[in-house]
Amino acid sequence: MTLRSFRDPFLVVLSLVAMWQILHELAGNNALTAPAPTLTHLWEMISQPRFLPHLRETALAFAQALLIACLGGVGIGVLLGGHRLSGEVAEPILVGLYSIPKITLYPVILLLFGLGMPAKVAFGALHGIIPVILFTMNAVRNVNRTYLRAGRALRLSPSQTAWFVLIPATLPEIFSGLRVGFSLTLLGTMMGELFASQRGLGFLLMTAIDLHDVETILAIAILISLFAVVLNAVMLAVDRRLHRHTAQDSGGKA
Amino acid sequence: MSKAAWIRLAILVGAVGGLEIACRSGLVPATMVIAPSQMAAATAGLLASGDLGADIRQTFTSVGIAIVLSITGGFTVGFWLHWFPRLRRAMDPFLAAYYAIPHFAFYPLLIVIFGLGALPLIVLATLFAMVAMIVATLAGLDRVPRVLLKTARMHRLSPFEEMWRIRLPAAAPYLFSGVKLAVSYSFIGVIAGEFILSTAGIGHEIAYAYDNFDNPRMYGLILFVLAVVTAFNMLVYAYERQLVRRRGAA
Amino acid sequence: MTEEPVPSLARRQEGERPVHARLEGITRVYPARASQPAVHALGPLSMELRSGEFFSVVGPSGCGKSTLLDVLSGLAVPTDGTVEFEGKLVRGAVPDGVGVVFQEDASFPWLTVEDNVAFGLRRSGVDAAEIRRRVDFAVGFMGLRDFRQAYPSQLSGGMRQRVCIARTLVLQPRLILLDEPFGALDQQTRLLMGDELLRLWRETSATVLLITHALDEANLLSDRIGVMSARPGCFIDIVETGWPHDRDSRLAERPDFGAVTSRLWSLLRTESMRAMGQGVRA
Repeated sequence: MTLRSFRDPFLVVLSLVAMWQILHELAGNNALTAPAPTLTHLWEMISQPRFLPHLRETALAFAQALLIACLGGVGIGVLLGGHRLSGEVAEPILVGLYSIPKITLYPVILLLFGLGMPAKVAFGALHGIIPVILFTMNAVRNVNRTYLRAGRALRLSPSQTAWFVLIPATLPEIFSGLRVGFSLTLLGTMMGELFASQRGLGFLLMTAIDLHDVETILAIAILISLFAVVLNAVMLAVDRRLHRHTAQDSGGKA
Repeated sequence: MSKAAWIRLAILVGAVGGLEIACRSGLVPATMVIAPSQMAAATAGLLASGDLGADIRQTFTSVGIAIVLSITGGFTVGFWLHWFPRLRRAMDPFLAAYYAIPHFAFYPLLIVIFGLGALPLIVLATLFAMVAMIVATLAGLDRVPRVLLKTARMHRLSPFEEMWRIRLPAAAPYLFSGVKLAVSYSFIGVIAGEFILSTAGIGHEIAYAYDNFDNPRMYGLILFVLAVVTAFNMLVYAYERQLVRRRGAA
Repeated sequence: MTEEPVPSLARRQEGERPVHARLEGITRVYPARASQPAVHALGPLSMELRSGEFFSVVGPSGCGKSTLLDVLSGLAVPTDGTVEFEGKLVRGAVPDGVGVVFQEDASFPWLTVEDNVAFGLRRSGVDAAEIRRRVDFAVGFMGLRDFRQAYPSQLSGGMRQRVCIARTLVLQPRLILLDEPFGALDQQTRLLMGDELLRLWRETSATVLLITHALDEANLLSDRIGVMSARPGCFIDIVETGWPHDRDSRLAERPDFGAVTSRLWSLLRTESMRAMGQGVRA
């Protein structure tokens, strides 16, 4: 990743900020505060000592949800991918779960876990675990049989086969799943925080929405978006690198 | 029905049955979850009473418009991004991170811009669903086999004909998976928006029932939404299976 | 090793048949990219294709055979040199009268066999009756009559390749270029497809250029065989077979058949080793 590859996304960021400014001019302060004051407000907000507990709360919830989603997701995905029938049974259910508006299950989660951290973590994990399972399942199911035969021909033990053949073969696809899971877990955790607790960035956001504090709404949204975009860019680079050696399925541009 | 389908059915029946027993026996308090049979009864009651009519119309109209806009808009944007590789490369990290951005945070701002009512919700859901279609469009156009493009040149097709007769049909499976996602995300966007910040629509009704501790009504509504969305998605999948069967695997 | 003249090689007189296509001083260099140096893939190379002949190109892998075909057909622009077809310059576009059959399966999975074959004709505004006539002929000729309404995904690799050939056939090309069309097929199917290709050649009286790595196949099918060196590919020699016009796979029974194949291999052996990076052995 050269410095040059930052240039174009940077230009996109500039144009987004420019569009932001223009929209502000058109829609007024009530709808959209201008970039400069908003970012200044964000900076002030972060530097206040009472901001830190909220940040920590969200970070904690997100980390736990992410751990569950990733470890649980990969674990379940491997099992479902390895056992053909289980995978076949489970896949439509998982795809169905992926497509429904999980917000409709939110009240159920609140009822089951009560208000507070567990609900947030559960909601976040629920969002993230499904794509991880699906991607992992796919990766394991589609391992090239020839690799396994080569492993047997070389008389590898099961654990050697797992470590030296299965993991490198499935890693690129599993990582893509983790990347998608990351974004969705973040989204789920944030949504969970809107109603489930008195602490955290989601709570701050909801308060700002209720008070119609546009500046704060934008500031928090920008903060989270920045975090998401930066981390996603890093993961995307890793993703590309992992997929570098996998065969592209047929041709590209003319 | 295949073996897997039977097992799946058995699992679902078992899960629902197990929940029914757990609820009826008091193992799971009614303040948490009500029995599935009661949920179904609630749903039936709600539909029969007809007082959900306006909400249903509102939600599904919003969803429908969002679906149409996100598919057409997403395809168009994806098409142009494919045409201008430099712009596309610049946008790549943002497209990848798009679904981590808390869209609902921008909802109040949309209300101020577009006023109250369904419009800001439709805009929100469309923006939410569009990127899935953009990504799928890009993937499809990328994966047109080079040999088919060479064939186009051998037949001396014009750029328009090449796009219409070769690139698009070749990309169709990917485009269709984009359509599937756009449909799902349109539902999710509208209902989530209604839940968080609205005064009408099914999502709002669910939140309202929750706030009022009206579990039967809440679960009845949830069941209704899940049933409709699942049925809709199953239709889309069935249609896709038909298409795939003709062409062989993509 | 001294080159002994093969006894039954007939000397064909130069200029007996008109020149159909010509390559003059062709080179193709792929420019340097971020992580790769420039690649000199082909040439400088010159050749003439005589009208109605069957010409094969053989050579070690990576020598630029496919690039040669791309340049000749107009699918690629040479870095240097000129390409001529029927007296007109070819540059960047495939001229009318040229048909190409590719190595990979190029059948359209979303169309039936019939629609696939008719594809090119429908796009070029030929009238419906003529389309029907030509499609009927091509489908019959390539043995696809029972599969008209089938989709390519339901057919074997060999059948799909026949669909691609039929699709090119209906355009009534005067020059047919084939890039290892039978590469993915087993030997027996290849031999049968070779016979079909000869039938096609005789039926259409087209000029055919075939790229193949199978020396026996080149020997069997061709009037002349161009032997290419390792990359950057140039012609080391052009071997004339002198086979009769109405040949088929039973040609291999002739005692002098093997001599041509040996000749090709003796030319190619060192080039192939060079391509494999092992260096030249005495």
